[in-house]
Amino acid sequence: MSGATLGPLLGEDSENSGLGHRGPESKSIVVPYGFWLFILSDIVLFSALFASYAALVHATDGGPAGKDLFDRTKVAVETTSLLLSSFTCGLAFIAGKRSNMLWTQAWLVVTGLFGAIFLAIELNEFAGMIAMGAGPQRSAFLSAFFTLVGCHGAHITAGLLWIGTMMAQIWVKGFSPRMMRRFLCFTLFWHALDIVWVAIFTVVYLMGTTP
Amino acid sequence: MTERDKSANDVAPGQPHDKLLNEVASYVIGLFLALVFTATSFWVASTPVLWGPGIGVGLAVLAIAQMGIHLVFFLHLTSGPDNTNNVLALAFGVLVVFLIMAGTLWIMANLNGNMMPPDPLTNMQMQG
Amino acid sequence: MFGELSWDALPLHQPIPLLTSVVVLLLVFGVVGYVWFKGHVPYLWNEWITSTDHKRIGVMYVIVALLMLVRGFSDAIMMRAQQAIAVGQSQGYLPPEHYDQIFSAHGTIMIFFMAMAFIIGLMNFVLPLQLGVRDVAFPVMNSVSFWLTASGVLLVNVSLFVGEFARTGWLGFPPLSEKAFSPGVGVDYYLVALQISGIGTLLTGINFVTTILKIRAPGMSYFRMPVFCWTALVSNLLIIAAFPVLTATFAMLMLDRYLGFHFFTNDGGGNSMLYMNLIWIWGHPEVYILALPAFGIFSEVFATFSGKPLFGYRSMILATLAIGILSFTVWLHHFFTMGAGANVNAVFGIASMLIAIPTGVKVFNWLFTMYGGRVRFSAAMHWGLGFIFTFVIGGMTGVLLANPPVDFVVHNSLFLVAHFHNVIIGAVVFGVMAGYTYWFPKAFGFTLDERLGKAVFWCWFIGFWLAFAPLYIIGLLGATRRMQHYDNPAWQPYMIVALIGAFFILAGIVLTAVQLYVSIRTRDRRRDVTGDPWDGRTLEWATTSPPPHFNFAVLPDVHATEAYWGMKQRALQQGRLEEEPDYEAIEMPRNSPVGVICAFFTSFTGFAVIWHIWWLAILGLIGAFATFVWYAWQDEDEHEIPAEEVARLDRQHRQIRAETLQAGSQPA
Repeated sequence: MSGATLGPLLGEDSENSGLGHRGPESKSIVVPYGFWLFILSDIVLFSALFASYAALVHATDGGPAGKDLFDRTKVAVETTSLLLSSFTCGLAFIAGKRSNMLWTQAWLVVTGLFGAIFLAIELNEFAGMIAMGAGPQRSAFLSAFFTLVGCHGAHITAGLLWIGTMMAQIWVKGFSPRMMRRFLCFTLFWHALDIVWVAIFTVVYLMGTTP
Repeated sequence: MTERDKSANDVAPGQPHDKLLNEVASYVIGLFLALVFTATSFWVASTPVLWGPGIGVGLAVLAIAQMGIHLVFFLHLTSGPDNTNNVLALAFGVLVVFLIMAGTLWIMANLNGNMMPPDPLTNMQMQG
Repeated sequence: MFGELSWDALPLHQPIPLLTSVVVLLLVFGVVGYVWFKGHVPYLWNEWITSTDHKRIGVMYVIVALLMLVRGFSDAIMMRAQQAIAVGQSQGYLPPEHYDQIFSAHGTIMIFFMAMAFIIGLMNFVLPLQLGVRDVAFPVMNSVSFWLTASGVLLVNVSLFVGEFARTGWLGFPPLSEKAFSPGVGVDYYLVALQISGIGTLLTGINFVTTILKIRAPGMSYFRMPVFCWTALVSNLLIIAAFPVLTATFAMLMLDRYLGFHFFTNDGGGNSMLYMNLIWIWGHPEVYILALPAFGIFSEVFATFSGKPLFGYRSMILATLAIGILSFTVWLHHFFTMGAGANVNAVFGIASMLIAIPTGVKVFNWLFTMYGGRVRFSAAMHWGLGFIFTFVIGGMTGVLLANPPVDFVVHNSLFLVAHFHNVIIGAVVFGVMAGYTYWFPKAFGFTLDERLGKAVFWCWFIGFWLAFAPLYIIGLLGATRRMQHYDNPAWQPYMIVALIGAFFILAGIVLTAVQLYVSIRTRDRRRDVTGDPWDGRTLEWATTSPPPHFNFAVLPDVHATEAYWGMKQRALQQGRLEEEPDYEAIEMPRNSPVGVICAFFTSFTGFAVIWHIWWLAILGLIGAFATFVWYAWQDEDEHEIPAEEVARLDRQHRQIRAETLQAGSQPA
């Protein structure tokens, strides 16, 4: 923290007192900041699911464990897909800032496609596990796995719905301040999901399959 | 409530605002670094070259570094005074996540450790 | 077609719920019918139900809280009555399966729908006014938050008529709350209602933190904010940090119950201790979410009615921040006896004791605020003094309980029950009653009757001590909590004294209703003409009572902590008001039906999920999503109040203030 913030705390004169004296901020700052707080609350939600997963990772009830089930190649493809979609999301936003309708829509489509690839692989993985009797009802470990990874997948699904709705709105309403605020919030959401995925692929898939 | 924006002293989280880097460059560098770190993570998890117990730590460090890359290059989080509110909020979130994860792991390990060992437990269940 | 719902769900064979249901339904239909036929529906719809005005939303929260106080208290007095007679041979009048629902409903309703609703309502009303701004950051989301809470209230109360409530206590511990041991709908009502209202609360947390950090009057830096705003900030940060854990934990339990997962089951590797850990990670910050704003209310009350600035402003803030952080490091003290071992218990025990230190700093600051001041013993001040006495003792029993070896003896005894009622009633209930009394004139334009207010206080104060002091004693003697029946006749006299205490509290609640009625009847005698009935120190008292829709004609320029006090002193010195400002048109958010429509769909979806009526649940979700998309498509969501209207209202107010100033008296 800079000296400016500690000043009043240390009893310095506060006539022109440091932080936060400018009056209400504009909507273009307030709305994304509120959404940022929502993202943080979502991360706390994921951490509760993570903590449960970590506590239950060995509770396999005699059934299959991570190393019996996880396919690293698939995970690598998923990870790359999601990472690329984060990248194209950033490009879409830059195009939006430049009010370029064609490229904005194009990059958003690509973002959605990469997201859909991710989801398809994940659903395929889940279906395969369920088919061989390793569904979430088999053991506590599997309940925790399906819930943690499934919750992330549900967020990705919501994100895809959001991309679709936003593409339609931008097409119809253009790049108004309101649309750009929402677009910014979407990028926050999408990048945060990639951050959560970093944790998931590291802890669940990689640590779960190290010999 | 929708007052005039005075001096642009605060930046919305996620807003590209770098004067140094071209906007696109930020994303390209971020993607490159993230791909490198991801590849490294996969390698660390499969190589026999590293000392076993160190692998977990290594993976954790790589994951945190990669989250940092996302925050800086994709979410444009910087240490400037115009970003202080955003960083403080993130720091608060990180603190809470740490308390939840560390607390749960420590507590559950101790609770589980104090449970009756499985053999006498099964014997008791058989008798009941 | 209707899932598990059948005519058996109605309480036709249980006299008490049946009678209650009939009475409540008659009352509800009576009120609704009256409103309808008198033509008040358009007014209610336009001015209240679809309002995005934080003042209106705050009042609605408080109304819900007061109604839920009656419901939760009726559960309480039923329990006291049962425990006063159910000893030895007598089984009392409540069978165990009914008694268990009553104590579960009592806790759930009092914490979530009385205490949270009241605190959030007061914060809603006061925060923008104290910050010198026009509304919260997200007014429509504010309305959604309220209506989601109302949806939760509806579902919990419907469980009285249709089906049953949980029998697991207010936190729903597994394995009892798992499907195998609670196969009925009770736990589902509990989980669904709280998930819905939990979303509302989380949105409130986001809303208020954004407001406090980003939307304040010019010149109001962080260290010029009123202490109530600081406590609200930390409390809402705790909401953002803790409520997602509650959502996740309840979701896991719901997955266990609905889809056969094994998070907390006895088989399949489940671990019910994990639930305890997670739920208390939420549960402990929750009590500070409630207590911190209550402390904030008392900070305002003590300063105002001692005629002095609050003592130790900076240490108050530091203490608040310390309590906020520490509240996230103590949760294991709720399950010392679950077996984590001495080392873990010691760490959390010490952390729990540490929390007493910043709390003590606050108590001394309040006392030093009074010292040397001109103390006015108004009704609000009664609550403040009662709080100091009651809460400090309750806090001390908390420090006792923070000792693991002590806790091993009294965990889950009536000693514990007495402790947490001591601190919650002492801090939160006394706090919201003080806040209600203090801010009522700002909301409605006239003060409440002071004499009746003091009578309410004494009923609560005497009633609380009569009801809970005996419980401390028999708790130490071995009485456990949640007993539908007990065998030791030596405890009965204490239970009878406790019942008498409950009757005193009942008198207090009845008197609160009487006070409201009488105060409305005789309001002309106690009109708040200037907007500053208590000679206040913070910005809400600069507005009229009630304030105009836009709160302030021009946002005030803030130069110090206690902005309004400074304005008054300047006016007194100069003998005149400040210059008339340049009036501009003001843009305010429009009303929005999104909140109430959301609640409509969540109530139906929630009910459908509880009773396994899947087609209705899906329809409800689609309806909710469609509403959201429709809302997101709207363009115009603000309307303009012309400058002439703003000027007219403000000049009226300035006229009254100028007259009061000339008359030589302080606005009081």
